[in-house]
Amino acid sequence: MSWWTPQVTAIFWGLFQALVILLGVVLLGAVLTVVERRFLGLWQDRYGPNRVGPFGTLQLVADMLKIFFKEDWIPPFASRGLFLLAPILAFASLLLSFLIIPITPGWGVADMHIGLLFFFALAGINVYSVLLGGWASGNKYALLGALRASAQTLSYEVFMGLSLMGVVAMAGSFNMRDIVAAQENLWFIIPQFFGFITFLFAGVAVTHRHPFDQPEAEQELADGYHIEYSGMKFGMFFIGEYVGMVLVSALIVTLFFGGWHGPLLPPFVWFALKTSGFLLLFMLLRASLPRPRYDRVMSFGWKICLPLTLINLLATGAVMLWVGA
Amino acid sequence: MDRNKRPIIDTVRGLVPATGSLLRTMGTVFMHGFRKRETVSYPEQPVYLPPRYRGRIILTRDPDGEERCVACNLCAVACPVDCISLQKDEADDGRWYPSFFRINFSRCIFCGMCEEACPTSAIQLTPDFEMGEYDRQQLVYEKEDLLIDGSGKDHDYHFYKVAGMAIAGKDKGQAKDEDTPEDVRTLLP
Repeated sequence: MSWWTPQVTAIFWGLFQALVILLGVVLLGAVLTVVERRFLGLWQDRYGPNRVGPFGTLQLVADMLKIFFKEDWIPPFASRGLFLLAPILAFASLLLSFLIIPITPGWGVADMHIGLLFFFALAGINVYSVLLGGWASGNKYALLGALRASAQTLSYEVFMGLSLMGVVAMAGSFNMRDIVAAQENLWFIIPQFFGFITFLFAGVAVTHRHPFDQPEAEQELADGYHIEYSGMKFGMFFIGEYVGMVLVSALIVTLFFGGWHGPLLPPFVWFALKTSGFLLLFMLLRASLPRPRYDRVMSFGWKICLPLTLINLLATGAVMLWVGA
Repeated sequence: MDRNKRPIIDTVRGLVPATGSLLRTMGTVFMHGFRKRETVSYPEQPVYLPPRYRGRIILTRDPDGEERCVACNLCAVACPVDCISLQKDEADDGRWYPSFFRINFSRCIFCGMCEEACPTSAIQLTPDFEMGEYDRQQLVYEKEDLLIDGSGKDHDYHFYKVAGMAIAGKDKGQAKDEDTPEDVRTLLP
C-alpha cells in the first residue's frame, strides 16, 4: 500500500474531525431546542417538556419525528427557487462558520489565516437567507420580518466587525488559534471589555435571538420571515437559529474567554464549560428581557454601540502604541 | 439646563440605570431557578377541588333512598344551553318522577343554574371534571348514569316530608310543620 502516506492519514483524520464537529454541532443545536424549553420552564417556575422519556430527554426524538412527517408545503404564490434556497442558506451559512473555531489544541476543522473574516463573510451571507425567505414567501408579514432582519443585521454587523478589531489588534492576527494563544496569560475580556459587550449585543442581534428578535416577533409579525415555512424547511430555520447561538457562544469563548485555556481540567472540558455558560446566558436573556421597539433597536445600534466600538478601537490602538513605544 | 443641549451626557446617564435594571431583571429571573415550581403534575399529583366546585352533574336521593327529582322541569328551563331533557311520570303511590332524565355533557357549560333552580335539591354539581371520552355520544348521560345512592350535599332534605302534596302513606296536613287543611265547608255562612 504505497499510496497510504502520512499525508493521506492526515486528510482522513481531518475529514473525521470535520464530520464529528459537524454532527456534534447539529446535534447540539437540536438538543438545545429542548434544553432551552426546560430552562425557560425552570426560570418561570414550571416544568417544561418532561413527559417523553425520563425528564423529557426523549422530547427531541418526538419533535424530530413530528417535524419529519409534517406536510412540506410550498405556497402556490411563493417563488419556488428562492423559497427552497432560503432555509438551506440559513442552516448552512452559520454552520460553515464552525470551520474556524478551534475547539482544543488538536481539534478544529480549518486553521485559516483569514479566520475571523470568514465568519464575517458568512454572517453577511446569513442575511440573504432571511431576506430571500421573506421575499419568496409572498407574504406581507414575512416581508416585514425580512425588512427588519436585513436592516437590523446590516446595522449590527457594522459594529460586530469593529468590536472584534480590538481583539485582532491585540493578538496581531485574524487566525483563531493565534488569538487563543495570545490569551494564555490574560483573557481578552479584561482589556477588551467594551469589545466583548458590543460583540455580545451584535451576536444576539445577528442570530435574531431575544431581545433582538424583531424579525420574527411572534406577537407583531406572526413569526416574521419564516411564517410560510413548514415541516423540515421550518426545522432548518429553527435549528439554524440554535446553531447560530452555539456559534456565537463558541466565538465569544474563543475571542474573549481564552478558548480552551484553563487550569486542571482538559482543554475540551474548559471549552465546553465556557460555551455552555454562554448558551445559558442566551437562554436567560430570552427568559428575562422584553423585546424593545424596533426603532429603538436601530438607534441603540447606531447611536450607542457603534460609537462605543469606535472609542474602544481608538483606545486600544492608543494604548498599544503607548506600551509599544 | 436644557436637556437637548447635552445629548451624549444624557444618553450615558440614561444608560446606567437602564443597564442596572436589565441586570437586576436577569438576576431575579435566574434566582427563580431555585424556587419551587408552581405546576401541579396533574395525573400523578391529584388536584385539589373545593367542595363547591361545579363539575359533573348528579341526581341525588332523599334520606329514605327514593329519587328526589319530581320532574318539575325547572332545571331544563333554567339551563342556558338546553342540555337537560326529561319526561314526567307518576308512580302508583302518587310520587312524581322522571321516566327519563338526560344531560348532554357535550353541551353543558357547568354553570350550576340547574342546581340553583332545583326545588328539591335533586340535581347537584360535584367536584369532578374527569369526564373525557373518545366518542361524543358517550357524553350523553342517562338517568342511571346520573343517579347516585346518597343525598349529595343536602343530607336531611326530604321533599315529600315537608311538602303539602299527598302521596300514599302521607295525606295532606301530615307533612312536617304543616297544619291540617282547613275544611272550607266549615267557613260557609
